[in-house]
Amino acid sequence: MLRIEGLTVRYGRTTAVREVDLEIADGEVLALLGPSGCGKSTLLRGIAGLEQADGVVAWDGTDLAGTPVHRRGFGLVFQDGQLFPHRDVAGNVAFGLKMAGLPKEPRVGELLDLVGLNDYGKRKVTELSGGEQQRVALARALAPNPRLLLLDEPLSALDRSLREQLAVDLSRLLRAGNSTALVVTHDHDEAFTLADRVAIMRQGEIVQSGSPEEVWRYPVDEDTARFLGCSTFIDGEVSGNAVTTEFGEVELSAEDGPVRLGLRPAALKTGGEHPGIVTAAVHRRDHVRITVKSATREVEATAPIGVQPGAVVGLRLDPDGMAVVGQRRRPR
Amino acid sequence: MARGRPGLTGALVTAAVPLGFLAVFFVWPVLAIIRLGGGGGVAAVLSSSDTWRVVEFTVGQAAAATAVAVLTGLPVAFLLARTALRGHTLVRAVVMVPFVLPTVVVGLAFRSLLGGGALPIILANAFFNVAVVARTVAALWSHVDRRAEDAARSLGAGRARTFFSVTFPALRPAVFSSAAVVFLFCATSFGVVLLLGGGEYSTLETEIYLRTVQLFDLPGAAALSLLQVTSVIAVLVIGAVLRRRSTTLNLRVDTARRPRGGEWFVVAAAYAVVIALLVPIISLVAKSSFNGFKALAGTGFRGSLQITGWDAALNSVKAATYATLLALALGVVACVALVTLSRTRARPSLVESIDTALMLPLGVSAVTVGFGYLITLDKLPGDLRTSPMLVPLAQALVVTPLVIRTLLPVLRSIDSRLRQAAATLGASPWRVWREVDIPLASRSFIAATAFAYAVALGEFGATSFLARPDSATLPVVIGRLVSRPGELNNQMAYAACALLMLVTTAIVIAVDRLGTVGEF
Repeated sequence: MLRIEGLTVRYGRTTAVREVDLEIADGEVLALLGPSGCGKSTLLRGIAGLEQADGVVAWDGTDLAGTPVHRRGFGLVFQDGQLFPHRDVAGNVAFGLKMAGLPKEPRVGELLDLVGLNDYGKRKVTELSGGEQQRVALARALAPNPRLLLLDEPLSALDRSLREQLAVDLSRLLRAGNSTALVVTHDHDEAFTLADRVAIMRQGEIVQSGSPEEVWRYPVDEDTARFLGCSTFIDGEVSGNAVTTEFGEVELSAEDGPVRLGLRPAALKTGGEHPGIVTAAVHRRDHVRITVKSATREVEATAPIGVQPGAVVGLRLDPDGMAVVGQRRRPR
Repeated sequence: MARGRPGLTGALVTAAVPLGFLAVFFVWPVLAIIRLGGGGGVAAVLSSSDTWRVVEFTVGQAAAATAVAVLTGLPVAFLLARTALRGHTLVRAVVMVPFVLPTVVVGLAFRSLLGGGALPIILANAFFNVAVVARTVAALWSHVDRRAEDAARSLGAGRARTFFSVTFPALRPAVFSSAAVVFLFCATSFGVVLLLGGGEYSTLETEIYLRTVQLFDLPGAAALSLLQVTSVIAVLVIGAVLRRRSTTLNLRVDTARRPRGGEWFVVAAAYAVVIALLVPIISLVAKSSFNGFKALAGTGFRGSLQITGWDAALNSVKAATYATLLALALGVVACVALVTLSRTRARPSLVESIDTALMLPLGVSAVTVGFGYLITLDKLPGDLRTSPMLVPLAQALVVTPLVIRTLLPVLRSIDSRLRQAAATLGASPWRVWREVDIPLASRSFIAATAFAYAVALGEFGATSFLARPDSATLPVVIGRLVSRPGELNNQMAYAACALLMLVTTAIVIAVDRLGTVGEF
């Protein structure tokens, strides 16, 4: 089990990571999610021992302060592979085994199988595609059986379709090996696909952590909600299992009383009774994202394909796209 | 767990080795020479109009030679970086050979072609340094994205406009930094000016030599040395600043293609430069005769030498071998220290100062250093002045900066995250060097070795000052032969030149396949 207490990393006068406490249980995959520059990669590097940090990084109760990077037994996968250009694919995967004095086979073969590159052992790494390079990097990190796997934006350098495919593969790999892992990412889809638990980081601090669903539905504050896709914020009044807002009433489980709601575009759909005029429309894969001007405000909403600017639409709330801001309690 | 900066102390201790060598075998002798001059002499020399005539000629010829080297180097850089044509290997070799040719050899070649005078001096100095401009600029040019030029063209800029408003600004760091180095080489060039200047033209470097060796005017020589050291440091600092600006570009784009339209004119100009570079080389080979080679077994006309030509060749090989080994040791240690320092988040200005300090011997008068050795090294245990290691020591000092400049860029270009990846896989810091840095830099290391060897083999300034008649190297022997009468001496000198040229050319061609050398 990894335990971090009061971890702080400073670059000169700027504090990149401030007093972070975090735990990762054995077999758990934690996603560290935050916008670029929030300090999440620095935190990961601090855990790996690549940055000087104040505070405690401990594994199973043993403080790792005096343990240099190469003795921590933490695997690391970079955004862009960082494969050794002078070694072939098998040579890259075998590197960690060689350092540990372990036999290469059958482990290298197993790992290449696992990442779906079984015939690639003798290939030059410079001839691989970006996706293949990331698979080799993952196999290389997994080969010496690290007690913790650190992944720094492992899929960000890939294009979208490949990224979605690899995210699913990676999730399967992590589950199959029962790996303990920390994934740093700025992409919430990626975080929610991979992780058992998500920690949201902002300006060097962890502002919230919880299950993907909890974080998605109950962001701790408006900034977090905004980072998780909410573009409109409205007030509502909860009573029983429903909330009443300016866009009507909808089912919602939260504490009775006033509530702050964050609306993602998917939370407002056409076909309701709150009128507005479409001022802009952008095609997405299976719907149209529209900007609607109502009597009181301008909001983002989703509509079926075909809606044009200038059209008058009626909006209704859809609980799927809504988030309850500032209630950390997970309601029933 | 607040730890100190691991590695910083170690790196500083490592850096102390080459810096210590620099202090003992460079700074101390140079300072001793300057002190020898005393304060009064300096004022007298600096107020003399003769001094300023020498300064004027030194700066003037260096500026002119730099301009020629830049103007001829740029088309060659274009040819190497931007065109996909056959024969680039040959072009690179032809351009590189002059850079490692012994200065006396080049001096002799130009004298036989053009006689003495200011123009031959300028052309000979430019001849050496076309390689520096061409290779440094080509290295950057091949990484500059062609699409910026395409964008300018599509916005309505003509070819010339595009070159001056888009291409040249991108190349400027490489052009300026190589020009600074070339200027330094030309301003301190010794062998060429000595051979081509006659009694008429002298630069600071030859003037220092004349005043020490022939006029025994030590205060005058010291004052001139002081002047030279100061200006060299100034030029080096400017060069370092320009180099820093150039390190941000890191694009890897395949930009070479078949030339089109007006580009063929540039290609033609580049080939003209290559042919012009070949003229002195070929003329030398043509002048060497079978008689000359036979004469190498003897001691010249009426015993002009104390040793035979072949003995001198053997001396050259020995001295260059020791010098290369020493320079490699120092250069590698210096590179390790500099790379480690920049990895420990040491202040960049500290790293840069050390880097620049290590470049100092490139530009400071070899004659000053040689003379400084004679008056300081007796104070060290085991009087080095009589040691056979004296010449290799001086040569190593000249060659070490070249080793550093060849090796350091490669080590610096290795992504620090590659090393971190190795560390997280269980490699200790030492193991990271063994598994990552050393394999990736090995080709450049071999290139640096051969390059250092070629330059040490041809070193003339310091060696001519320090080598005793019985331990003279081939370049020193050539210098002596051409200053003595007798046709046999001439033939022998040409044969020795051809021999040196053959060896250095072979080295350059072999090295070209291994990596880039001579980029500043």
